[in-house]
Amino acid sequence: MKTCLAIFLTLVSLRAAGPDTILLRGATVHPVSGPEISDGSVLVRDGKIAEVGVRIAVPKGARVIELKGLHIYPGMIDSATEIGLSEIGAVREMNDISDIGLFKPQLRAATAVNPASEHIPVTRANGITSVITSPGGGIIAGQSVLMHLSGWTIEDMAIRAPAAMRLEFPHIRMPSRFGASEAPETPGRPSAYAEAKKRYEQQLRELNDFMESARRYRQAKAAAGPDFETDLKLEAMIPVLDGKVPMLIRAEKDKTIKEAIAFADKQKVHMILERGVEAWKVTGELKAHNIPVVLPPTLRLPEEEDDPYDKPFSIPGELSKAGVKFAFATFGPGSEDNPRNLPYEAAAAVGFGLPYEEALKAVTLYAAQIWGVGDELGSIEKGKWADLIVTDGDPLETRTQIKQMFIKGAPVDLDNKHHRLYEKYLAR
Amino acid sequence: MNRFALFLLALPLMAASQTTVIRNATVLTVTKGTFQGSILIRDGKIVEAGEKVLVPDGARVIDAAGQFVMPGIIDCHSHIAADSINEGAIAVSSMVGIEDVINPDDIDIYRALAGGVTTANILHGSANPIGGKCQVMKMRWGKDAQGLIFEGAMPGIKFALGENPKRAGSPGGGFGATPGLRYPASRMGVEDVIREAFTEARAYQKEWRDYQAKLDRHEQAVPPRRDLKLEPLVEVLEGKRYVHAHCYRADEILMLLRVADDFGFKIRTLQHVLEGYKVAKEIAAHGAGASTFSDWWAYKAEAFDAIPYNAAIMVRKGVLVSLNSDSAELMRHLNTEAAKAMKYGGLDETEALSLVTINPAKQLGIEGRVGSIEPGKDADLAIFDKHPLSNYAKVTKVFIDGELYFDREKDLEERPGKEVRKKALVDKLRAQEKKERKKPEQTEDKKSEEPGGVQ
Repeated sequence: MKTCLAIFLTLVSLRAAGPDTILLRGATVHPVSGPEISDGSVLVRDGKIAEVGVRIAVPKGARVIELKGLHIYPGMIDSATEIGLSEIGAVREMNDISDIGLFKPQLRAATAVNPASEHIPVTRANGITSVITSPGGGIIAGQSVLMHLSGWTIEDMAIRAPAAMRLEFPHIRMPSRFGASEAPETPGRPSAYAEAKKRYEQQLRELNDFMESARRYRQAKAAAGPDFETDLKLEAMIPVLDGKVPMLIRAEKDKTIKEAIAFADKQKVHMILERGVEAWKVTGELKAHNIPVVLPPTLRLPEEEDDPYDKPFSIPGELSKAGVKFAFATFGPGSEDNPRNLPYEAAAAVGFGLPYEEALKAVTLYAAQIWGVGDELGSIEKGKWADLIVTDGDPLETRTQIKQMFIKGAPVDLDNKHHRLYEKYLAR
Repeated sequence: MNRFALFLLALPLMAASQTTVIRNATVLTVTKGTFQGSILIRDGKIVEAGEKVLVPDGARVIDAAGQFVMPGIIDCHSHIAADSINEGAIAVSSMVGIEDVINPDDIDIYRALAGGVTTANILHGSANPIGGKCQVMKMRWGKDAQGLIFEGAMPGIKFALGENPKRAGSPGGGFGATPGLRYPASRMGVEDVIREAFTEARAYQKEWRDYQAKLDRHEQAVPPRRDLKLEPLVEVLEGKRYVHAHCYRADEILMLLRVADDFGFKIRTLQHVLEGYKVAKEIAAHGAGASTFSDWWAYKAEAFDAIPYNAAIMVRKGVLVSLNSDSAELMRHLNTEAAKAMKYGGLDETEALSLVTINPAKQLGIEGRVGSIEPGKDADLAIFDKHPLSNYAKVTKVFIDGELYFDREKDLEERPGKEVRKKALVDKLRAQEKKERKKPEQTEDKKSEEPGGVQ
């Protein structure tokens, strides 16, 4: 049965080489942006959603796919991954996530994404159609890319490159548990905390200096003639200073989040908060500044020993109640969860106070809105990219199967390395 | 300890001798089907489970209308509640054991409980081909170290193959590595270390047998010197201690099965066993169990062929399979990890639930006590507000030996009080620190005031 489906989809994808008109018919359509439509149809043309409704006339030459008993949802969006940059976490040669240096705004994740990564088909097999992939390391790590999980090249895949400039906001970082902090403090020498604090203050100064340099560079460039000497680092900051590219700022503790908000305010940059573990403590500030949050994985341990056991599960509900916009993310595959488990990060919050509809939006529409593509992606609405999944039930439930997928209107092969190995060895 | 550990009240919430009836629940027995009904608990044991159970006089009744009761979840691979887990400086560390480093204050015990886990196999790390002894524990939060031990469970020992035990032999080291190189550095060396150890263990076993034979013949005999490293290995040879072997690749799995066959012992479980699906027939033929992750992959080279269908394929090929966590976090939702084996490979509900209940119980040799809801078994039960295979389900109550060890309502009720107590402790500590910071100056002052002091 699965084999048949795989073969069928392969044939379908071979046929769908060019722009095509497809009518998906007879399914329960979940637009996410509006109420569900039973016995609904979605018309796909030139990669976009041309029409959504109950009865849609079959246009001439359109292929009709009957989906009785099935459901259509928008494809899901993972708002923090390393897909394409990290193939095998522990193998250095297979990782291009971070580079040397503290300020690297000129580095582009899009450059190093491997469109042939095994993680791409594995991830989309569970209904994820696009992801943010970000560089890491240092203070300004580089440029994130928002991309479809289908395409021969990054040019096919990219939706926004850059989607954001990623900044890890300086904070007091104590040496690891296995390092110096456990060593007895030597009299006369600064404590590990004092050293960490000094490092943090230094980094904060450097960050502000760097922003100032970028601002002066922009000014000088505007005033200068054709022989102006280009500086690639500072040049990369101009779209950020112009407010065209948001800053994805990683901050965890409430103090760091507040400092990051003040920084974004002062620098007049558009901020997206990444991780924001303690965002629930600063909902007022986040709401006042209209700052959205890319959440850390819901399926994680509480930060402190004496935190309530369910704190990570209840935070999304708390943020939702406070009116803070957020999206779920996995931060994988190199670290944390598998991106294919994105829907379960959302589901885990539902039992602990997050309304189901909000959970679904936080892996679709809200993510699109946060990344500035709310009118292109994230819901089933006329004019948006036809990134769609066909399921036999609620995509946030593990037991649900993803039956078909369309990215930019083209049927996508759901087969992947894992399924191939399954068939091969089941038959052994 | 640089954090303020404010532990939850270290008391079981109900007395053991009490008779309890859980009523109106959907009971997922795992071994005897699913029904709407009740469970009668007395003296820590399940006395009756069925659609109609008479409530004895004076019994405490828990109405679980709309809720689901399943056997307490069993995690066949965990490292919580242990102060340390890797004795990595030597290639064979069978003389050490988890029993000696149990930390009953580890908050992860309570967190696991809150995820429905009642029993876990706590293993030594994977730094060496033959690691230390394991300890099966019940999550009896609030009891001391001795109180956590699953009395009567078969003893176990950790083996490890592949990348982890090789690391200490590789320049650059890695997790669990020690300064300086330590044999082995290859999968060949890993096999050799195990063969060498069991060759020694056989000779040691013979020394004792010869000694015993002399005693039996009433001859004079000098007992051999006890060897704490080889003793557990002799127990393995004699089937008195289970081998739980960390492994990934198909080739190393077969290697270990061959070594075990050559020395005449059994591998009780292959742990992780991410390529188990490639050699499921051989694993089934040896009779080894397999305890794997639901869907982890690609985090290291030997995990690149890992597939989420692993559990299902091995089940279909006749292997006794469980899903484990190896992580204090995953341990909190093993029920939904089990659901992944339905998605990937099409196991049915009972098969999926078996992966985290009766199957790990069998692998640990404790299936007579736990792992299903049957009369005579320990009353280790987890109550969920929705079907435990749903991502929306949460645990409401957990019983171990008939005692209520986790109660979500009570946990929620106690939170404000705990916040107050925590704040009082933090304030007290801060005040104390402030006082201590002032102290040196005071000493100075005191010195100068001291008559006849150093002036």
